[in-house]
Order: sequence, then structure tokens, then C-alpha cells
Amino acid sequence: MAVTTSPERDIVATPMQRAPREALYAGAIALGLFVLFIGLRTDQNISNELILVQRWWLLAVLVVLTMAGRFLYVAYGQPFLANQKIVDVATGLLPESVATRFFRLPYFIAAIVTVAVLVFLAGSLDGLLGPGLAGYARFLRALATIYALASVLFYFRTFIHAHFSALGITALALYPVIVVLVLALYGGSVAAGFQGSLKWVDNYGIQILIYVMLAWGLNIVVGLAGLLDLGYVAFYAVGAYCYALLGTQYGLSFWILLPAAGAMAAFWGVLLGFPVLRLRGDYLAIVTLAFGEIIRLVLINWREVTNGSAGITGIPKVTFFGLMTFNVSDPNYIAKVLDIATSSAYYKIFLYYLILGLCLLTAFVTIRLRRMPVGRAWEALREDEIACRSLGINTTTTKLTAFATGAMFGGFAGSFFAARQGFVSPESFIFLESAIILAIVVLGGMGSLVGIAVAAMVMIGGTEVLRELDFLKQVFGPDFTPELYRMLLFGMAMVIVMLWKPRGFVGSREPTAFLKESRAVSGSFTKEGHG
Amino acid sequence: MSDASSIQKANPGMNDAILQVEHLSMKFGGLVAIGDLSFQARRGEITALIGPNGAGKTTVFNCITGFYKPSEGMITLNRRDGSNYLLERLPNHEIPARAKVARTFQNIRLFSGMTLLENLLVAQHNKLMKASGYTILGLFGFSGYRKASAESVELAKHWLEKADLVDRADDPAGDLPYGAQRRLEIARAMCTGPELLCLDEPAAGLNPKESMALNALLMDIKDNTGTSILLIEHDMAVVMQISDHVVVLEYGRKISDGSPHAVRTDPRVIAAYLGVEDEEVETVLTEVGDEDVIEQLDTGPDSAHGPGTSSSYFAGPVTDTVGHSEGERVTVSKGASRAAQVDAKSSAAASKAASPAAAKPSAKPSAAKSSAAKPATKAPAKPKTPGVSSRRGGRK
Amino acid sequence: MQYFVQQLINGLTLGSIYGLIAIGYTMVYGIIGMINFAHGDIFMVGAFTALIVFLILGALFYSVPVVIALLVMMIVAMLLTSLYNWTIEKVAYRPLRGSFRLAPLITAIGMSIALSNFVQVTQGPRNKPIPPMVSTVYNIEGISVSLKQIVIVIVTALLLALFWYLVNRTSLGRAQRACEQDRKMAALLGIDVDRTISITFVMGAALAAVAGTLFLMYYGVIAFSDGFTPGVKAFTAAVLGGIGSLPGAVLGGLMIGFIESMWSAYFSIDYKDVAAFSILAIVLIFLPSGILGRPEVEKV
Repeated sequence: MAVTTSPERDIVATPMQRAPREALYAGAIALGLFVLFIGLRTDQNISNELILVQRWWLLAVLVVLTMAGRFLYVAYGQPFLANQKIVDVATGLLPESVATRFFRLPYFIAAIVTVAVLVFLAGSLDGLLGPGLAGYARFLRALATIYALASVLFYFRTFIHAHFSALGITALALYPVIVVLVLALYGGSVAAGFQGSLKWVDNYGIQILIYVMLAWGLNIVVGLAGLLDLGYVAFYAVGAYCYALLGTQYGLSFWILLPAAGAMAAFWGVLLGFPVLRLRGDYLAIVTLAFGEIIRLVLINWREVTNGSAGITGIPKVTFFGLMTFNVSDPNYIAKVLDIATSSAYYKIFLYYLILGLCLLTAFVTIRLRRMPVGRAWEALREDEIACRSLGINTTTTKLTAFATGAMFGGFAGSFFAARQGFVSPESFIFLESAIILAIVVLGGMGSLVGIAVAAMVMIGGTEVLRELDFLKQVFGPDFTPELYRMLLFGMAMVIVMLWKPRGFVGSREPTAFLKESRAVSGSFTKEGHG
Repeated sequence: MSDASSIQKANPGMNDAILQVEHLSMKFGGLVAIGDLSFQARRGEITALIGPNGAGKTTVFNCITGFYKPSEGMITLNRRDGSNYLLERLPNHEIPARAKVARTFQNIRLFSGMTLLENLLVAQHNKLMKASGYTILGLFGFSGYRKASAESVELAKHWLEKADLVDRADDPAGDLPYGAQRRLEIARAMCTGPELLCLDEPAAGLNPKESMALNALLMDIKDNTGTSILLIEHDMAVVMQISDHVVVLEYGRKISDGSPHAVRTDPRVIAAYLGVEDEEVETVLTEVGDEDVIEQLDTGPDSAHGPGTSSSYFAGPVTDTVGHSEGERVTVSKGASRAAQVDAKSSAAASKAASPAAAKPSAKPSAAKSSAAKPATKAPAKPKTPGVSSRRGGRK
Repeated sequence: MQYFVQQLINGLTLGSIYGLIAIGYTMVYGIIGMINFAHGDIFMVGAFTALIVFLILGALFYSVPVVIALLVMMIVAMLLTSLYNWTIEKVAYRPLRGSFRLAPLITAIGMSIALSNFVQVTQGPRNKPIPPMVSTVYNIEGISVSLKQIVIVIVTALLLALFWYLVNRTSLGRAQRACEQDRKMAALLGIDVDRTISITFVMGAALAAVAGTLFLMYYGVIAFSDGFTPGVKAFTAAVLGGIGSLPGAVLGGLMIGFIESMWSAYFSIDYKDVAAFSILAIVLIFLPSGILGRPEVEKV
């Protein structure tokens, strides 16, 4: 026995045997990657010359962390994931999923208790624990709250899954109300509630919904018609500048300019789309990218009209359908008309409902169009363009309508964006925005409205949350700014989510018509288009 | 739709050819895929276009359905209402839309991520577009569109029943077995309401049972809708059983044209089929039942040309990865055409009228001719099988 | 005329750099059919590596001959940048190979964002200027040609020659071309496809690193965001020349270089990028597969 070693044992090493070697490799690669960029830092000295600052300890820490991570993944992570797929011989069942193990009643109760105690002590935390520990305590409270909420969601998961759209819309409609109520209770007054809600409604609510709308608009082009558009932000820019220019120059109202911006963007969509839509695949991608860049460069350089990089300021606010305004100085300011306390939160909440309405309009039109011949033709075009032509579908006009419809929603979102910011500049319409929107569409699952909305929430909301992580300054020192890592983490999250779910959160497709029952079409059958 | 004959009676002077192909030529660079081809497909009939692999059949289809613009020639489609269309001048998508020509593809092209029902609804696009007021009216839920939409579902259901696929209406098309996909493609083409249905190898890859079902479907289409059918087929059982008229192509030229019976006894056709798989040759010869011809041409199985190398049964999946025009590129060199050799052979036989038996000696001048046509010295080594040796010469 | 020749030389210099980057795009596209969006940032990483090596050399030695400094910068940049691209391919693209077409595109965009922000976080967001390395300028009949420009053109020409040899005359190049034609068949014939693809990424990155070093030498400044514009231009060049075609990439790079320098010289410097992109669109409308690209056969 001792003499004859089986050859298999040399080849198939156990995870424990492989892990140290893999960890060493990972460490070596990490060392190679980081040695110059993390080990050294280029900095300017007083005389503005570049000097190198050495940070070898940081390099060492990162390399060791990489090795440890790789070791744990190979030794425990991979076998664990593999075991998840193996059925227990005795019971014939798959092992308990990670989620059911993670969300358990005792943990839930513990989390609730933690939150309750910490909320109760909220005022006296600093005194009790000192500012340093209090920061951790708040973080713990936040984690426990998230865990408790996630547990509730997990417990009702089948119900939520079955009524996702209705629940989602209800939640979105009630969101500002809930935020104001919670904060009012917390702060003890309604005014405090409104004031505190600003950040939550604006940074989270409106911000995410703008991306949801843009992604739903792009979804028509990429997800349904299968045309890869890397310059979608151009139409967003057209809409924004349309409102900004016409609103500031001619004082036209938002309610006139909203459809005008949509029409303008659609017109540009047709204009740009017409010559290039016979291009296929990546050629179309680069030309749309080029158009996006051309529009941005024109906005920067056509200073007489667009005021160049400085942008346009003083864009008028949206009025409450002409009845009330949100300018404190106006005679029909909403607070004066309704006789309530002055607050800037009204405008944000109004904008929230406005963008929610626009989003729902986008979703409604998309769902409606999918069941119409033109929407089916879009999807058919994605599946097989040649077959489409053999059935008498004019592929050029079909592509153009997809392009124009997508552009129109981009234009709507753009004019809303201009109204919300009160300021537009070419800075807001860089390629990165197109890339983020496209990423949301693909991460959500092409064609799936729900998946895209979830993806926008995760990706945009997730990076916004980084702004909240002030307690990290306690850990890494006062110079640490979590916001700096926002885009780095965003990029990495894009990669990780894509590796985890290559077809996006919702990979299946809802049929647009059925005879007996509607069954979702698995993602493995749908194609992604060539255009 | 089924009143085609009555319209014809009402217009006795009308041309009864639904499709007229005149002097059609298609060149890819210097390669002649189709040379001066003329034929007719008659209304209400099934016309089969047959020929060895690479004869240019699919190219003819692509010209008719507008995927290729022919180099020369005229393709006229006469619709039932008396209007005529010059197909070579119509844009690709208007051929199905206006001239009412529908087609299927050799390598099936379904919308695989859409359900069967959706596939058939997409086929009714133009009709529904009109009914939906080019989307605008439909968006607001006008009743006209709802009615048209319900009708289109009914039509789809009708064709699903015909194709025996109604149980799977809500499954994705990509999930269907191969034979069912072929039937679905035909059903989808029929949903466009065509007057001429072009089928590119509908029986390829089908098992005998599926092949029977296909025949039944095609006969049903012919008898009940008045749609004329033009089909490319290698399966001689299908061709002989259902077609009313057969056109035989070889190297882009028509070598025979007539009823199935006339075509199958045409020696030029038989010779042309020596250019394809030997298995197929045998089927042809057996079907023809002409012992004389078998003896005369005396072709044994050719070990160098195993099945599968270019078998049409695998044409779908294989050509999927290769640009199709490549497959149809054919150089017409002297001595390549088997049919031409038969012509030469018969004239040679006539000149040597003194010979007692026409069959065996006649092979010799042919062999001499084929060896003259190519410089190789192979031909004299195999005097008994001129067809095989010169096929190699012609193809290389 | 002198002015024109002057612009021609400037265009040639710029075009050489674009061409070197474009080869990376076009090779990756040729072999796995994806747009490696992170390639522009790989170029930026190359330039940054060269910058750091330059500073290390300056800190360690009192004076280093320029040729040696440049050579060391280039080699270290090539090595480290290749390591980056190799790792990215292994981590972000390989697991998605053969899956959904847009998935690797999204990971590539994600990697591009991550790379540029990684450099921003680790090296700071400011522009990093270096003192001029080579400042000799020759004046020939009123046309000024700087030594920098000569170095760029010569290095590019040498690399292209080497590269041409690698692709057309070695078994590695044969393996690459085989993978480009049909990856499955190549694997069946015993070609290690994974390794070939890795090498392709390494080669592309090495060329981008050289381009980065030359860029740093030419302009004397680099910032974390400098990957995007040259990256997009080089990608444009690759598409203009016909994506997948190596001579096309070089030709496209030179064309973009010429268009830019001519446009800035004769029309308006503000709109030089607009001109480059517009010409791309116009060329593609008339030649949908680029100048030297294989026309796509429509399969029916």
C-alpha cells in the first residue's frame, strides 16, 4: 500500500492540497500587479516635481489579503459551492441553501433586539461609548436593520415573487411618504421629517429612478431590438439641452418642453440611425459611440449656444402643472397656496413623483408595444433578421422605430434631469453614463423591466450607499473618503455580477401572447441580436 | 383563398404561370452560379427544383426572394388579382409583403426565443401593422386592433393545428425537435398569406414518418389554400410523390423540365445525379427502375466519396458556419456537366450506328472525351466508370 | 507645402501611437470576437508604469542615458501591463467565453472603470508631468522634426515588423490565425486555445504599453483618465481599418492621426475629434466592414 501510490492522487489534489499553491500564485500575481501602483505613489512636492512615496506596508497587507482570500476560496469556498449542487443520498434533497441557513428566526430576533436597544440609546450613544465606538454602534445598527428587513423579505419571498410588480409600484409610490413619516417620528416634527427626507428622496429615489427610466429606454433598443447602442447618453443630452436652452431662452414651460424634448431626441435618433442601421454588430456599436462623443464634443465646443463646458445655469423649475410653483418668491408658491410651512422638500417629492410617473409611462409603453406588431418585430429582429425580411418585415423602419422610441424616452429623462439639476453641462453626458446604462440593462437581464429596475437599484443605490459609510473614517483614519472608491467598486461589481449571472438577474423572457398558458422562455433560447 | 380557380376562370386570358423566370443569371465575381436559367411555375401546382449539390438551387431561391440581386434576367410573379411584379426589382422585404412570396430556409431560421404562437404572429406583421394604425391606434387599445389581433391568433391557431403543433403553442420555438421546427417554419410562412411558397429542402433531416407528415401538409396547402409551391428537395420520394412539375438544375443550368415521370426517365438527369452521393444515385436509379441505365453506367460504390462529406442531410447545420454563397459557387468547366456528357454520348452513339449494342461501347468515346477534357491520365485507367473519374476532374 | 509636410509628420507620430493601441483591439476582436473596452485603460496603465519606472530610475541613479532609461521603461511597462491584461482576461473574460455576447462586453467596461479608478485611487487624480526626456529638434528646410517623433516612428516600425513576423512566420502566429478561423476546430487539432488567447492578450498589452511609454515621452504628462480618449480613437482606428485586420489597424491608426493633425491645422482644433468620428461614420456607411475588413457574407 505504501509503495504503490495511485496515479489519480497526484492529479486530483484535494482542495486543501491545492489551496496553498493557488494562494502562492495569487500572491505572486497580486505582487506583480500592485508592486508599482500600491507600493509606490507618485506625488507632487512643493516645487511641483513628481516624487515617489513608498507604501510597502500597504502592498504587503494587500498581497497577504489576496493570498488569504484565494486560500479560503480554494480550500473552503469552492468545495462548499460544489456541495451545494450535490443531493443528499439519504434524503434525496439538495442541502439547505445558503440563504435559509443565513436567515433564521433566532438571528432575526437578535437583530430586532439590537436595533431596538440601539435606537433607544440613540441620543446617549456618544456619551456612553465615546465617539469612536459610537460610530461602530451606528454601523451595527444599520447592519442589523438591513438584516431584519432582508429577513422579512426572505420570509415572504414566494409572495413577493408572485406579486413583484404590484408590490414594487406600491412601495415606490409610498416611498417618500414613508421616508417623511419615519424621519418625522424620529426627529419629532413634521418639518424635520421633510428636511431629512431631502437626501433620501433626491439622492436615492430620484437618482435611481432616472437610471431606471434611461435603462428602460435603452432596453427597447438593446434588449428588445438587439441593437447595441453605446451612445445612448447622446439622446439624454439632447433632451436635457432642449429643455435647458428653450426653457432659459424662451421661458417655455416644462410641460410643453417635455414632449418637445422627447420628439427632438426621437428626431435625432432617426437622423443618426438612418445611415448607420445597416451596419451590424460591433460596427454599429462603435458608430453609436462615435455619435455620442460627437454630440458631447459639439456641446463643449459650440460655445455661442451651449456655453461650452461651463454649461447652462438657471434652468427654470417645473411647475405644479402651472397651478403652483416651487419658487419661494412666487405669489403662487405651493406653501403659500396650501398654507403650509416652507420647505425645499416639496419640490423634491414632486420631482420624485414626476419621474416615477415618467418611469411608469415608459414601462407601460414598453409593455404595450411588446404586444403590438412593432414590438414583436423588434424581438423577431433580435432573434433573426433574415427571417424577418423573409416575412415581409421592413427591417430598416423597424430598427428606426426602436431607435427613435428608445431615444424619445432618453429625451424625456434628459429634460427631467435638466429640470431637477437646474444646471446642465457636457460633463453629465460622458461615455461612462452610456456604459452604466448599458450595464444596467444587461445586468438586469435584457428585455426584463423588473430585472432592469432591480439592477438599477442595486448598482446605483449601492454606490450611493458608499457615501453613507462615514464610520469607515474611524477605521481607516480621517483621510479616508469612501466616495473615492465608488466607481472602483462599481466597476468591480459589474464584473462580479456578470460572472455570477451572465444573462442578468432575470434571464427569462415573458411571451407576448399565449394560447393556453404563458410560460417564461428560458434565456438559453433567446438570442442577443447582431446589430 | 380557396377561390383561386374561380378567379382564373373569370380571367381566362390570364397567364396561368404564377412565376416566370427568364434568362436568370447570377454571378459571384467571376463565378457563374446560375447561367441563363428560364422556367415557369404554374399556379396551384407544386413545382420541384432539383439537382445535385451545388447546382445553384438555393441561389435561385435567393434571387426569387430578393436576398440576392440577380446579375441578369427577369423574374415575374403574376398574382391572382392580375397584378404582376418584377421580383428582381423589389426590395427584399417587399417580396413577401407585396408579391406574396414566402419562403423557408435550408438551415431553419426560427425566432427561437419566441413561442410558436409568437412566431406565427410575427409572420402577420404587415397585416397587423395596418390594423394597429401603425402602432398609434393600437397603443390606445382601439377595438379595430383588438379584433385584428384576435383574428391573427385564430389564423395562427389554424396553422398550428395543420402543422400538428397546437399542443406546443406556448413553448419556445428553439425547444422543438428538428422535424417540428421544419413544419413550424412552413406554418409561419403560410401565415403571411402567400400565393407562392418557396421551400428550401423541407424534408432534409426528417425521418420517414415526419417526411410523410410533411407531404400531407404540403398536399393540404396545395389543395386547400390555392398557394402554389416551389420546392428544392433532395428526397426523391417527396419530389416524385407530390410534385406536379420538376425542373432539374446542374451547374446553374437547366437540364430538364417536365412532369416527374418525364424527368425521371431523362438520361441527362440520371447522369447529372451521378455527380452527387452514390447512395443517392442508387435511390434515383432504383426509383427510375431503369435497369438498362444502371447497367449502362455501371457505377459501384465509390470508396473515396463516403457519405456525409457533402451529404445534403447535414447541409443545414454544416452550412450554418459557412457563408452560403461559398457553397453555391460553382465553376462551370468543360467536361464537368454530366448532362452535357450524356448529350455528347448520345450523339457519339448515333454516329457509330454500326455498333451492335448501343450501351457498352458508347461508354468508350465518352471516356475518351472526358480524358480529353482534362489533362489527367486517370481516365484511361478506369475506362468502365467514366462518370466517376471525370466527376473528380470536373470538380477540382 | 512645408506646413503640410509638418502636419504629415505630426499625423504620422500620432497615428503610430494609435496604430500600436489599435492592434491590441483588433487582435482580441479577431480571436474572440469581443471589444476589449479595457484596452484603453491598459494603455494608460502602461504609460503610468513607465512614469513610475522613470521616477524610480531618477531616484536611484544620478543620471541614466536616455536610451537606456527609455528601454527600461518600455520593458518594465510591457511586462507589468501584460500581466494586467493577462489577469483581466483570466478573471473577467475567460469564464464568460462562449456565453452571452454582451456579457464580456459588460465585464470589459467594468474592468475599464475599475482600472482607471484603481489608478486614480492609488496614484491620485492629478495630472502627472515629467521633465522632457528628449528635446532635440531637427530643422530640415523649415520643417521641424523632433527626435521624439523619429523615435516614435522608428520604434513603431520595428515593433510592427517584429509583430508581423510573429503572426505570419511562427507557429504561435499560426495558432492564433487558426483560433481566429475556428476555435473549436483549432482545439481539436491540438492547439491550446486558452494559451493562445492569453498570449494574444499579452501581445496586445505589450504593444499598448509601448504606445503608453511613447505617449508619455511625447506629451510628458499622464493622468488616470487618459486611457479613454486614445482608447476610443484607437478603437475607431481599428474599426476604420476593418476590425480583425492587422494591417487595417495600422492603416486606420495612421488615418486617424492624419485626419486629426490636418483638421487641427487647417480647420479647427476644437473639432478634431468630431472630424475623426465623422469620417469613421462616413467610411462605414460606404464600406460597412471598414477599409481592409473582410466583407461580411450574408448567410441565407
